[in-house]
Amino acid sequence: MSDTKERIREFLSQHIRDNGYRDDDDLFAKGYVNSLFAMELVLFVEKEFALTVENADLDPDNFRSVDAIAGLIGRKTTPETVE
Amino acid sequence: MKLQLTEEQADRQAHFREFADSEIAPHADRHDREERLSNEVIAKLAEQGCLGAMLSEAYDGHQMDAVSFGLVNEEIGRACTAARGLLTVQNMVVQSLERWGSDAQKAQWLPDLAAGRKIAGFALTEPEHGSDAGNIQTQAERDGNSFLVTGHKKWISYGQIADVFLLFARIDGQVSALLLERETDGLSIEPMKGILGARGSMLAELHLHRCAIPETNLVGNVGFGLVPVAFTALDVGRYSIAWGCVGLAQGCLDSSIKYTKSRKQFGTRLRDQQLIKRMIADMMVDIAAARLVCYQAGLLSETDDRDALKNMMIAKYVASNMAVRVAGAAVQVHGANGYSRDYPVERFYRDAKIGQMIEGSNEMLQLMISRYGYKK
Ligand SMILES: Cc1cc2nc3c(=O)[nH]c(=O)nc-3n(C[C@H](O)[C@H](O)[C@H](O)COP(=O)(O)OP(=O)(O)OC[C@H]3O[C@@H](n4cnc5c(N)ncnc54)[C@H](O)[C@@H]3O)c2cc1C
Repeated sequence: MSDTKERIREFLSQHIRDNGYRDDDDLFAKGYVNSLFAMELVLFVEKEFALTVENADLDPDNFRSVDAIAGLIGRKTTPETVE
Repeated sequence: MKLQLTEEQADRQAHFREFADSEIAPHADRHDREERLSNEVIAKLAEQGCLGAMLSEAYDGHQMDAVSFGLVNEEIGRACTAARGLLTVQNMVVQSLERWGSDAQKAQWLPDLAAGRKIAGFALTEPEHGSDAGNIQTQAERDGNSFLVTGHKKWISYGQIADVFLLFARIDGQVSALLLERETDGLSIEPMKGILGARGSMLAELHLHRCAIPETNLVGNVGFGLVPVAFTALDVGRYSIAWGCVGLAQGCLDSSIKYTKSRKQFGTRLRDQQLIKRMIADMMVDIAAARLVCYQAGLLSETDDRDALKNMMIAKYVASNMAVRVAGAAVQVHGANGYSRDYPVERFYRDAKIGQMIEGSNEMLQLMISRYGYKK
């Protein structure tokens, strides 16, 4: 899981200049997420972790924070692929 | 790297070139004058697999690769912008629904949309919210197992004939996507006339007054409607428009070459005048550059490219600006004849402008493209 979060943070750092956020901080509430970034986030999760984000996953709560994104990835990947 | 069409793609290109010349181009003027697309042309586009072009075969789609879909758009765009517009909107809705719709929604709509038995509209823009789409005001209020939707949409392509709309509205304050059927009580559809170009696009305003939409028509989830559902559609739309602009510009070039071969001034053909040759060369170069950008966008969208969204935006931006330049040059080369309805470049000139405005105006694209520049 820590590797997953590392990869998420690495992606976020390309888009968010301020890195003073915690893994449980709400990225939406902090105003980091514009529509383009949100779409990039969905595509990043799919491509980086070789999974398909389905319509049922399109819940803002799944993308709200580093923890939430890692949780989504964890639920959608087999245990072997998640550290 | 290899930039060469496969045999299948080249065959498809040849087929659609011939199809556009024989079945679409002869109707383009009429579409423009009558401000509507003919039913025969819609039926032929459907028959040729244009309306579910990239949709998977599981839903009776034609499962074309992105480059083939681009080539189809180029050829149809060379003949008639309005016809290409139908292809754009239908494929936007189809692709977004295939990606984000529920199994029941896909089974209900996709085969009919692919076959052209049903026509789709994409209803995002409102009179007061165009570029600022995130602030749309159409409201969907929960009412048992339905949403009651009230609002006003404007500039909706093919709204005059669409059977179903991918509609964007606020649910609990958050922009979400819903499927709105034409026959819904409380929906009134008002045709719009008198636009500058793409005049066969059958635009409409939609007035919604407490339209009951079942909650099973929600596409994606509440609050995450605008982003993935609209973006998936707009991505397809940008790509389709980009290639359509290449086609439009190619139509301008073809007409200019033909015209300058026969028109004589000062005792010599226009084609022998150096300044005319320069204009023709500039048109050719402009088209070739835009076409390459479109190929890149198509090819990279099929691989694991992280910049696929950006490439689509660049393609639409480059190709639509190019089409406006080339159409202007084509009218100039034709002189007064180019300013009249006797030559297709007059229509191309009016049609070209729309590419800079829709699926994200070029200014909105500049803002988004520049964000990638500042990305680390
Ligand atoms: C023929 C046609 C077909 C259409 N089909 C559809 C359809 O099927 N579905 C649909 O939902 N909509 C459709 N539209 C609407 C279209 O998407 C909008 O016109 C477009 O999004 C621009 O919005 P607007 O016209 O309100 O312009 P505005 O948003 O008011 O913009 C006006 C100008 O200001 C610029 N601008 C705005 N904000 C900024 C900014 N922040 N920075 C710099 N410049 C800015 C714009 O680029 C534009 O040049 C269609 C429009 C036309 C003309």
